[in-house]
Amino acid sequence: MFDGRVLLKQVILLFWPLISTWVQGAEKIDSCQLQVLEMLSSLGSAGGKSAKPSFVSYVTPEEIKSEKEPSRKEKHPDLLPGEVVFCSASTVLKYTQDDLSQRGVFGVLLCTNFRVSFVSDEEPTEEMLFKNKLYGENDIPLSCVDNIYGDKRKLITGGLVKNKYPSKMIIHCKDLRVFQFSLSFSKEEDAKKIFQGIVHHCLEPKSLRCLFAFSYCENTSYPGSYTVENTSYPGSYSYCREHLVSRLPQYFIVPKNVSDEDLTKYQGKGLPVCVGFYLSLAHNHLYSVKTEDLSDTLPTVQDILLSYNKFKQFFLIDNTTEFWMSDMKWFSSLDNCGWLDIIRQCLQKAVEVVESLEKENTNVLIMEEGGSDLCCVVSSLVQLMLDPYYRTLLGFQSLVQKEWVAGGHAFLDRSNHLHLKDKVESPVFLLFLECVWQLQQQHGPAFQFSETYLTVLSDSVHVPVFTTFLFNNDGHRDSLLRAESPHTQRSPLNCPTVWDWSVQFDCKAQDLFTNPLYTEKPKQDTSVRKSYRPRHLRQLSLPSSAFKTPPKKGFFKDEADNLKKILGVKRLSRWMLSPSSDSPQTSSSVREFYEAWQTKPLDYHGLLLPCLDGPSIRVWMQRYLRWIHDVQILGGGPVAMLSKVSEILGEVQELQRQLDRHGCTLTSNHKGARPRAKTAAAVIAARSSVRLSSSFPFVTSRNWAFKPAIPTSLLQSLMVTGMPGNLADREDDGGPESLV
Amino acid sequence: MRRNILDSEYTVCHYTTVIQWKMLKYSLNLTGIRVTKVAMGDSSKSTSTSRSDRSTHAAKPTFAMSSDNVSISTDFSPELRGRPKAVAKVLRDSKEEPQLLPKESVQDMAKDVTYICPYIGALRGTLTVTNYRLFFKCMDREPAFVLDLPLGVVSRVEKIGGASSRGEVSYGLACKDIRNLRFAHKQMEDSLRKSIFEILMKCAFPVSNGLTIFAFEYGQVYPENGWKVYDAQAEYKRQGLPNESWRITKVNDHYELCDTYPSTLVVPVNIPDEELKRVAAFRAKGRIPVLSWIHPESQATVIRCSQPMVGVNGKRSKDDEKYLQTIMDANAQSHKLFIFDARPSVNAAANKMKGGGYESEDAYQNAELVFLDIHNIHVMRESLRKLKEVVYPNIEESHWFSNLESTHWLEHIKLILAGALRIADKVESGKTSVVVHCSDGWDRTAQLASLAMVMLDGHYRTIRGFQVLLEKEWLSFGHRFQLRIGHGDKNHTDADRSPVFLQFIDCVWQMTRQFPAAFEFNEYFLITILDHLYSCLFGTFMCNSEQQRVKEELPKKTVSLWAYINSQPEEFTNPLYVNYSNHVLFPVVSMRHLELWVGYYIRWNPRMRPQEPVHQRYKELLAKRAELQKRVEELQREVTNRSASSSSERAGSPTRSITPVQTFV
Repeated sequence: MFDGRVLLKQVILLFWPLISTWVQGAEKIDSCQLQVLEMLSSLGSAGGKSAKPSFVSYVTPEEIKSEKEPSRKEKHPDLLPGEVVFCSASTVLKYTQDDLSQRGVFGVLLCTNFRVSFVSDEEPTEEMLFKNKLYGENDIPLSCVDNIYGDKRKLITGGLVKNKYPSKMIIHCKDLRVFQFSLSFSKEEDAKKIFQGIVHHCLEPKSLRCLFAFSYCENTSYPGSYTVENTSYPGSYSYCREHLVSRLPQYFIVPKNVSDEDLTKYQGKGLPVCVGFYLSLAHNHLYSVKTEDLSDTLPTVQDILLSYNKFKQFFLIDNTTEFWMSDMKWFSSLDNCGWLDIIRQCLQKAVEVVESLEKENTNVLIMEEGGSDLCCVVSSLVQLMLDPYYRTLLGFQSLVQKEWVAGGHAFLDRSNHLHLKDKVESPVFLLFLECVWQLQQQHGPAFQFSETYLTVLSDSVHVPVFTTFLFNNDGHRDSLLRAESPHTQRSPLNCPTVWDWSVQFDCKAQDLFTNPLYTEKPKQDTSVRKSYRPRHLRQLSLPSSAFKTPPKKGFFKDEADNLKKILGVKRLSRWMLSPSSDSPQTSSSVREFYEAWQTKPLDYHGLLLPCLDGPSIRVWMQRYLRWIHDVQILGGGPVAMLSKVSEILGEVQELQRQLDRHGCTLTSNHKGARPRAKTAAAVIAARSSVRLSSSFPFVTSRNWAFKPAIPTSLLQSLMVTGMPGNLADREDDGGPESLV
Repeated sequence: MRRNILDSEYTVCHYTTVIQWKMLKYSLNLTGIRVTKVAMGDSSKSTSTSRSDRSTHAAKPTFAMSSDNVSISTDFSPELRGRPKAVAKVLRDSKEEPQLLPKESVQDMAKDVTYICPYIGALRGTLTVTNYRLFFKCMDREPAFVLDLPLGVVSRVEKIGGASSRGEVSYGLACKDIRNLRFAHKQMEDSLRKSIFEILMKCAFPVSNGLTIFAFEYGQVYPENGWKVYDAQAEYKRQGLPNESWRITKVNDHYELCDTYPSTLVVPVNIPDEELKRVAAFRAKGRIPVLSWIHPESQATVIRCSQPMVGVNGKRSKDDEKYLQTIMDANAQSHKLFIFDARPSVNAAANKMKGGGYESEDAYQNAELVFLDIHNIHVMRESLRKLKEVVYPNIEESHWFSNLESTHWLEHIKLILAGALRIADKVESGKTSVVVHCSDGWDRTAQLASLAMVMLDGHYRTIRGFQVLLEKEWLSFGHRFQLRIGHGDKNHTDADRSPVFLQFIDCVWQMTRQFPAAFEFNEYFLITILDHLYSCLFGTFMCNSEQQRVKEELPKKTVSLWAYINSQPEEFTNPLYVNYSNHVLFPVVSMRHLELWVGYYIRWNPRMRPQEPVHQRYKELLAKRAELQKRVEELQREVTNRSASSSSERAGSPTRSITPVQTFV
């Protein structure tokens, strides 16, 4: 028997098709001479066991239901099914974020089993265009609370609270919103209760079943067709109910010449899983494999967390003056926190892997302790770069499902919804989205989804309604959902996945997820597809712990033989170059690879590589700056471009319609500009883009005066020191006599 | 890079006939060189047009990409127009020589010169020096490597070290456009013969060597006379001037009041010319406060001038005080006047030692003085020097942002933009008139006034309006281009040189980034202006003042840059331009939104070049729209022709109203 900890060091063997659309049925897989293995395992329930909580919230939803909220019925947000109010306090002052004058609005602050919510006493203002159906602009889902600060910006930690409560409470959210509440106007009893309630539910350890998703799912008749499996895999896999190990998906693919007995040998040691291959392989025997241990070259999950924590501070603004003060040191602070550098390293590693696959035709084995953090990042980035399918909305969704959800990324531990002390929290998934954003920035038309889509996806991780990001692996999910199911026949609980966007947004808002400039694949290419040049591509990921032998001598030893057998390979070679471990500079090989690719004509449906030079890696402005009033570009920003493009697209469509009416279709199919049926045109055209700001669609500019933000700390700004001849003091007309 | 492939195809294609080009394309295909999709699209465009059209086409790349990469355009060829015989000539010797402009002549040519490219490595080829350009071509590579730059961009030529062990001498060229070039060639056996680099030194600095700048020889004829783009009277008329408070004075008609000001000035109605002269005596270099821009509704004005001659003793001038009071009174909306002194207060105070200074709020009632903390030309020059170190030739990846910050370049940009923003805010939101000055009022004042005007007035965001803005605020008001750039002058250490104008263009670029749909021109327009700031091909940026330009008869003897630009506006048009009327732009001047202009400062680095210009896709869309529009109109005409004749008039109009055609000014 394994316990959950040991399982973390399993080697995964996954073999999903790189281009999932190609997999039309099981017979194709057969034709590729690959076995789909159904592995029986006695460990199926391990996941459920490991989830046994060490701390339990003292109230469970069931208990709460009994104690009814008596009085405050008139003031609460529209509660979701299964949502219950824990406590509330009236006459709470919410400061308007960017204001130093201590102005704000009064209202009721509530804490439910889903969110912390502020309901303003004032009449609700104009409906937001990009309204989230689950939570409004004054709601914070409990899992979205990052930190709570008390008076004098003292960090509040769970255990310390007794009978005291601060007069001012600052809440930093994981989606980078900042809320400031004053509790000094409320009744003492209420204030104490709400503060302690919020702290308890947001910061203290709790059990998994206290997460809102469970009570939400029990109380919604959610259509069963939205279970994870059905939406995520376009290919037709049938799923068996048993698992080799709980961390592995039920189905995975290994080469044909590997028997199940061979695989059982790997129990406890780990199993290599192929995550992608090209079906057009003519030869299914691979000649060599390169191994790449990510633990050696990339930052650890702790490094990632540390860096991100520094980075996010630049955007959690509760004071305009401080913001402008920090503005002068912005660039060096960016460098110091290292976040962009981590992004660069991940992208670079992915490029290295692509290079081996593409140029050297070798197979790559990505290893990592645990095998489900940076392995997921790198392998999904590689697939994103290689395969245009993953740059579509559906493709990206299946990429996340297979590499992250099925791939066993420990979402529960990494986002630490339960606030357990022994779990390593780390924004690994966000790091991946950051990398995707960089690619998207550099090659916009290659992506079907928009920047807004990525931002919303990054927010959704912290909305505890979707089961997608709630578990550590598939086994964990299944056992829990089944255990929680109210039905005796043990059909799993039906929960929405994050991919069902209608749960959060209406159709109009969802239109903003598509990129109007996306170049759809030209039609004629479908025929070309068949004669696609047979690329010999495989990509493997597995944890490195299976090979904990000293790297110098006897590398792989016994495992090597097994591995060779499993993979049907003749030679295993250690990753040739790992200069990146010595210096963060791009290795010359990657540089050349990029340059060679760059000279080729750009094909948005082919290989995409990111430029990694300093200026090319940017800050994801939409995600990070959207709530900061002072840096909103009114009438500008990407939306200004978007609205114009949408307008032109609309015109093109209109003209096309007119042509059709005249009974004539254009003979030439214009290569790039195939207008999409759905564009954001309607949404944006409704309002003049002059009024939209760079934080569109997240903030509407309605409550802002059209007045520029003038930096407040201009005077201390420039310290021109150490200049030869004290240039700053010189007069404009050169010449020695003019020296003052 | 991709752009370059295109360009190289152009270089071949536009000299040949249509058929030749097709054959060439074919042979390229045969030799395994892929003709890109985009190239195909463009090729069909060029094949379908007439020869003269194609030369317009070819004129596009100027020398923007004449860099260190696989291939570059050789064709700086606006002159092709109307010179068919050049075609034959070029075809013959397109091997190693550049294709020459009218009046351009080869001064020297040397074979077996090595160009040490920081990105590719050593390349051996032929170096040609003409009275206009330096041209290097290496035939060993496929496609051939070409380096083509106007001598005007060379700021310094120096011999590096002595003869090396291989008997080679090496030369370094520092350029004004953020790059350095390095060449080497064999030591001359015949020591009497001058090395090509000695010739180069002579030609690169015509002013120092008593030669004429090439702009005075270049005689290309364009359809439009660019010197007529700006007409002061017309521009003031557009602003609604003169009106009941402001008049146009002829007091400076012969540049007697102020030799660095334009002849046409706008001053308050009730200040007679005699008083203007007394005010001039109190302002540095006689640069009195005059109107630059007036708000169409509130009548708040942007006024520019130089510092008052206050001196250590705190001298006052009743005339100057009355003058500013009159300016304030001309705006009924506000009882206040803001004086923006662009300098840091310390520097402004230090100027008192030299007789200058700033307005004391005691002497000028109702005026509020604000210092904008923008540093002087020397600080800016030093900052750009550091920036060049950071970005050329290669970027250090790991500390990019810290290195960038250490140059202070973007901090200076931020301060200038912040200053302009405060001015625009006071005028727009505060409805208050503002007076802007620095020391002499021709560097920082020009930056601030013109940027504020770009923010306030949408007209200056059009291609022609921007030309007017440059002509007005920079050229006519005496920004000393000759001194700041040092055209044809070998004294590269001259303390008068400074990238003041470059900073201004950078600020405009930052604004185009923040408001991608608010400007009619594109990035290429700004880069073209900067390239010709140094090229010495056009007369636009010659001399220091309007007076000098008139004296040198520049409009007669040289071609204006605007003639070239306006001959092909489609190249410079932003396809996303939305013309909002009366839309004031307030850019965000946080470092969070400022970024280094990669497309200009790092354009020589092949890795930083976009594979496909972003605007390509927008252009495709526009082309598609135009195509459809044409079809619809054709069909509609057909329909109406067939049906009753009465409705023929209405038929065409609905489409037009739905789809306004992209307008080229």
